[in-house]
Amino acid sequence: MSTLLAWSITATLLLLGLAMACAAFRMLRGPRAQDRVVGFDSLYVNAMLLLVTLGVRSGTTFYFEAALVIGLLGFVGTVALAKFLLRGEVIE
Amino acid sequence: MTRLLPYSLMCAGLFGLWLLLNQSLAPGHILLGGLIAMAGGWALTRVELPAAHVRRLTAILHLSGLVVADIVRSNIAVLRIILGVAGHQRRSGFVDIPLELRNPYGLAALACIITSTPGTLWVDFDAARGVLTIHVLDLIDDEEWRCTVKGRYEKLLLEIFA
Amino acid sequence: MTETAELPAWVAALTALLLLLGAVVTLVGAVGLLRLRSFYERVHAPTLGTTLGTAAIALASMICFSALEGRPVLHALLIVVFITITTPVSLMILVRAASLRDKAEGKLQAPGADSPA
Repeated sequence: MSTLLAWSITATLLLLGLAMACAAFRMLRGPRAQDRVVGFDSLYVNAMLLLVTLGVRSGTTFYFEAALVIGLLGFVGTVALAKFLLRGEVIE
Repeated sequence: MTRLLPYSLMCAGLFGLWLLLNQSLAPGHILLGGLIAMAGGWALTRVELPAAHVRRLTAILHLSGLVVADIVRSNIAVLRIILGVAGHQRRSGFVDIPLELRNPYGLAALACIITSTPGTLWVDFDAARGVLTIHVLDLIDDEEWRCTVKGRYEKLLLEIFA
Repeated sequence: MTETAELPAWVAALTALLLLLGAVVTLVGAVGLLRLRSFYERVHAPTLGTTLGTAAIALASMICFSALEGRPVLHALLIVVFITITTPVSLMILVRAASLRDKAEGKLQAPGADSPA
């Protein structure tokens, strides 16, 4: 039974990696700055889900902290970038 | 009670966060979490947020159930649109909705609900006129979306944040 | 893979199903990021991954760890709560930035008159 779980974890990792590739493509391609920021937003959420899946695979809870940190830093990064697009300054 | 423990909801949230992060119900963690939650509440008094009076627990539960059901339903709808099996000519666009809701927490909750539902996006709220602009991915009828936002969400939010 | 081998069959199946569901939904959201045409349409796409995708994968993690350790392990709930609160904030500020930029360049059509896809 656990071979099924192992296979589906591998498939999940592949699918999430593909999703990260799509987001990275949008981030690199643009065409405008706001498209790149949406791509970045999607990229970090997918990376976070990837880490949670890795945690299930290894059976340890250490990946959870890393996922939470990625989520926090990604959110702050997106908001800072969006704020920069809004006014051209991060802190007024 | 209010003076001893200001922003009690926020404090309860901080307390829960601490216990979840530490994965334990040991007395030491409960004590430490309680202290941190109280310190957080006191720190918030310096920010001077507008007071929130949440009431009607049944309305909150009703709204949460409605939102979860709507999120699952619109996830499936957007999934079909992206995969190109929706089958009809799709048009996206902006919809203006006049709102009666003025409570800042109510508006914040509405913004979170609308944006986290796939297919709808909060664009702008004109506080002077009270008009909300949303962007809809699959716009069939403007009036239908006005009815959805006003009848489904705003009515319950007005009850909760009266 | 030594730890997950001890899971009961139904727990393993449920975890596998939820993981695959979350991954597929997230992938479709990311594909939408590529396929949809205008910026305002593309902002809708990542919300698939942040709602159903995150919820399914976090639920799978909670079920798996609760069965492994024999007690409720709920910390993945924090990820769901956190993502639910932060995504709308970042998307809203981003859309506002985009609409201001478009207005400054005179590109934004009047509300309600967006181009047909």
